[in-house]
Amino acid sequence: MPTSAPLLVMRDIEKRFQGVHALAKASLEVQPAEIMALVGQNGAGKSTLIKVLTGAYGRDAGSIDFSGRPIAFASPQEAQRGGISTIYQEINLVPFRSVTENIFLGRERRRFGLLDWSRMNAEAADLLRRFDIAIDVRRPLMDYSTAIQQMVAIARAVSFKAQLVIMDEPTSSLDEREVEVLFDVMRRLRAEGVAVVFITHRLDELYQVCDRVTVMRDGRTIATRPMAEVDKLHLIAAMLGRDVEAVRGHATGFTAAAGPAGDEVLSAEGLRIGRRVRDSRLDVRAGQIVGLAGLLGSGRTETARAIFGADPPDAGSIRLMGKAITPREPADAIAMGVGYCSEDRKADGIVPDMSVRENLTLAILPRLVAMGVVDEGRQRAIVEKFMKRLAIKASGPEQKIRELSGGNQQKVLLARWLCADPKLLILDEPTRGIDVGAKAEIQSLIRELADQGLGVLMISSELEEIVEGADRVFVLSDGRTVADLPHAQASARAIMAAMAHEDAAATGEVARG
Amino acid sequence: MADAPSLTRGRAGPDVAAFFRRYAALAALIVLLAFNFAVTPHFVSLQTLNVNLTQVATIVIVSVGMTLVIATGGIDLSVGSLMAIAGALAPLIFLSPFGVAHPALGDLLAFVLPVAVVGLLGAFNGWFITRFQVQPIVGTLVMFIAGRGIGQVLTNGNLQVFHNPTFQFIGLGRVLGVPFQVIVMLVIVGLAAWTVRRTLFGRHILAVGGNERAARLAGVPVARVKRWVYAISGLCAGLAGLVVVSINSSSDANLVGLGMELDAIAAVAVGGTPFTGGQASVIGTLIGALLIQLLRYTLLANGVPDAAALVVKGVIIAGAVWSQQRGRTA
Amino acid sequence: MSLESAVPAGPARPGAIAWAAQQRVLIALAALIAFGALRYDHFLGAYNVLSVLRYNSMFALTSLGMAFVIMTAGIDLSVGTTAACASVVSALLSSYGLVPGLLGGLGVGVAVGAINGFMVTRMRILPFIATLAGMLMASGTGLLLAHNQSVSVSYDTAFIWLGQGDVLGFPVPAWIALAAYVYGSVVLNFTSFGRYVLAVGGGEDASRLMGLPVDRVVFWTYVQSGVFAGLAGVILAAQFGAGQPAEGVGWELFSIAAVVVGGTLLTGGVGSVATTLAGVLLLGLIFNVLNFENGLGWISLSAYWQSVVRGVFLMAVVMAGSGAARRALRTA
Repeated sequence: MPTSAPLLVMRDIEKRFQGVHALAKASLEVQPAEIMALVGQNGAGKSTLIKVLTGAYGRDAGSIDFSGRPIAFASPQEAQRGGISTIYQEINLVPFRSVTENIFLGRERRRFGLLDWSRMNAEAADLLRRFDIAIDVRRPLMDYSTAIQQMVAIARAVSFKAQLVIMDEPTSSLDEREVEVLFDVMRRLRAEGVAVVFITHRLDELYQVCDRVTVMRDGRTIATRPMAEVDKLHLIAAMLGRDVEAVRGHATGFTAAAGPAGDEVLSAEGLRIGRRVRDSRLDVRAGQIVGLAGLLGSGRTETARAIFGADPPDAGSIRLMGKAITPREPADAIAMGVGYCSEDRKADGIVPDMSVRENLTLAILPRLVAMGVVDEGRQRAIVEKFMKRLAIKASGPEQKIRELSGGNQQKVLLARWLCADPKLLILDEPTRGIDVGAKAEIQSLIRELADQGLGVLMISSELEEIVEGADRVFVLSDGRTVADLPHAQASARAIMAAMAHEDAAATGEVARG
Repeated sequence: MADAPSLTRGRAGPDVAAFFRRYAALAALIVLLAFNFAVTPHFVSLQTLNVNLTQVATIVIVSVGMTLVIATGGIDLSVGSLMAIAGALAPLIFLSPFGVAHPALGDLLAFVLPVAVVGLLGAFNGWFITRFQVQPIVGTLVMFIAGRGIGQVLTNGNLQVFHNPTFQFIGLGRVLGVPFQVIVMLVIVGLAAWTVRRTLFGRHILAVGGNERAARLAGVPVARVKRWVYAISGLCAGLAGLVVVSINSSSDANLVGLGMELDAIAAVAVGGTPFTGGQASVIGTLIGALLIQLLRYTLLANGVPDAAALVVKGVIIAGAVWSQQRGRTA
Repeated sequence: MSLESAVPAGPARPGAIAWAAQQRVLIALAALIAFGALRYDHFLGAYNVLSVLRYNSMFALTSLGMAFVIMTAGIDLSVGTTAACASVVSALLSSYGLVPGLLGGLGVGVAVGAINGFMVTRMRILPFIATLAGMLMASGTGLLLAHNQSVSVSYDTAFIWLGQGDVLGFPVPAWIALAAYVYGSVVLNFTSFGRYVLAVGGGEDASRLMGLPVDRVVFWTYVQSGVFAGLAGVILAAQFGAGQPAEGVGWELFSIAAVVVGGTLLTGGVGSVATTLAGVLLLGLIFNVLNFENGLGWISLSAYWQSVVRGVFLMAVVMAGSGAARRALRTA
């Protein structure tokens, strides 16, 4: 890379939330006219680092120099005026309004005191033409594909004379062709001297467009390398904090399975769901923990929701407890003995204003009812049993669930299904956002339940959890099941290799047409 | 940070400020009562009590249904119009040739049919809202506009005057000196409070309003629950309509229940049920309605014109909701 | 690589569907007028046209203010009682002349609107509750000032011209409403304020991130709604010769219905001034057509059918629109 003065230097950034380090010694250096990839797992601190840069958060320590001057922006708008524009994952534009408006909102062009639409339309069209985009700028933004909307967001950003454009997972909802277009725009920006920081979970993309890559983990910057000098396997290893060759000791609360697996409780084949999932398959037996691994966006959650009936699949077959059934509503799956803990506790799990007791028994409530009246004696007995068994820390069954810590909320949600005595439990990121102690507890509990005959399908981004916990591992990549590994073969290396398998899968797609 | 553990708040002993905010409406009611004992002439009499309770009964009955609707995150603007329909139907039935020929059956049908019809119209509201995913405001606005028209068409806009002691017992009768509609009101409040607290349906209402997505993933039949609360709101409105026409000994579809939707919403708001859904305080609604009623009575009894009482009512509603919001977000 | 290839040109144009919904209103209005003109002798006669315009001008004004508020995803329940209160104040002031009467009515609107706006933007009370409170305050104030009776307008000044006068053969209230809609159209389409109204309603967080003065925009939409309601109150007083403190009940919900029929989404972000006027006229003409139909003597439907027809009409509009809106949101 050129040796000219860097455009951006962030050094030793620290950021604490309620005493917990979100960033510790994080750094980022970007050259002018360079595309820098920023990668890391969820919670590695990428977004926090960006928010510190753009002034959405203040920083507790460290220095930021931009264009050779120290800066401290108070808000993203101020950063934008200072030459740093951010494009968020969810497009922060107004979909009902026209393309022109979305570009000019807040700094309209006027003539005789009134808006000068012809000038604004012309300028907007000119701006987009720079990216080879020829669209009718007077039409509402939502008439266009996500890719175009993304371009409009970029055009708006660039029109603020940005020297640095930050793109936070812009490709997560784009298809391959749209991604190509986006990359074109990024290269064009680089050619015009604009620097880009590109955050993505799809590693293949990095190699297509990025000059260098910065890897973050646990709030620290682990490495910065020219893209050409790291292969994908080493990149994944760096992100996950695993040595490619060595396998570390026991890191989770999981132990080995107690006995052989029983009857099949779930089998899914050829699932196709929307854009994300093209061909996923898996099966789970009683007493077995099946791990579902894959990078973000590989279609893990979509697969789980389809099995549970939350978003029925477009194609494919599902067998539950040996019966061919495709649930259309969660209630159907629940009636078959399936439970599902979603990855987003807040949006899909807890009913915040209800008590621990209410939340815990929400799914089995119909069974605790006589003549429409809830048998509170039985309800209380169940709640007490599970609060004790899962060591749920709350002031009592009547405490509101939103007042509990993340780990305890998760235990309540686990208990919600356990008390229904399910045959299959789907756990989507069961330990995300949970402190270390509670994590090990939950992990050993999952093992214990499986040993008692429960079939578990566990989605996790944490390799340890999959490697040590799962009796069988399915790996998803780009919406396809690309590997099916028994416990003995499910090493970190093998799983990572399967995740990195994307190229082959993509080729397969082309061949299939 | 999103999952910031805040065990302390739930555990810390009685938080005085929170306690006060939670029971602000009740406290205000007690203060107002005390004020009246001290100041208002002839306040301490059975007469005063009966007057106030009689006036508030219909509002409370409607507000109970409204509370359940609001607890699911919805709203029902059609209650006043539904009252007019029920109020128009009942006299039509017992004044009809059939009703006159078979008074006993006619009176029975005059109770049952209007309430049932209006309940069905409420269920229609729920169906419309869930089937077409219409916002509850618009969904029930349809019935607000069409409903009064239906009542007017049924009676051709005419005033129906009647004298039917059996039927009018619901509005004029007394049991042990207590006006019958007050008993109806108390039964409905009790039933609803019990339903919310103890039954499956009640818990499902709160789950739907508290987090619809989570409720669905836990197997709660979201659409069915919503249809039922609008049906119940309709049933309550129907009952209230019968009470009103009984008291008046006449039914005027142009006037019965006019503006009731906003009175009921005000009672629910002052009673502390948040409009975001997920919580329902039926007793709070009763207190809210009583507070609004007593406030008006107090002002009137002390020589303040009715119009000024309206202004005070507006201030009270805004103040109550504002303080409750602060209480919740603090 | 060219970008056009990435644009899914074709039928999936939710914006166009929303646009079509607005066009449908105009088409429906044109159809209803054509139907009336062909079927009834005096439908387009001067008397009928002028009385329809004179009467509906008040609803047109409250609906215009309401449309702006709804475009920000808010709602204003106070428009009816604000008009009533304004009619009282302007009637009381009418003996001082046209201008004091007019300003008095507008002043009431500004005051109520500012209180509403304050409650919504500063106290963070939901618009529905805040304006419910504002509605009660305006109603009570009007009744207080009028001592619960209608207040006769002074016939010594030019005040009644505002309600009963004609200019170029058209009633003054119609001119006022027309001017208001021209103003509204210009503001919505050719000023930053208008664009911010739509932006705030279409995405409040996005608007904040873009640095738009969200709270200020919302506040002024409530003040503006108050002003139009006040103007409607002035016309009310001048047209009927009296300030009417008990009028205005239900105007707010009628206005909401007109705005919804006009294709403005209650969720905010999409709206049009012209089609709001079409919505008002459509709902108003249903009554008119019903009268004419009875006049023909073929059927005899009471005037009360108008509410039923309006309700069913609103339902049909909502059902037709719900598909479009849902498709739009899914794609967005």
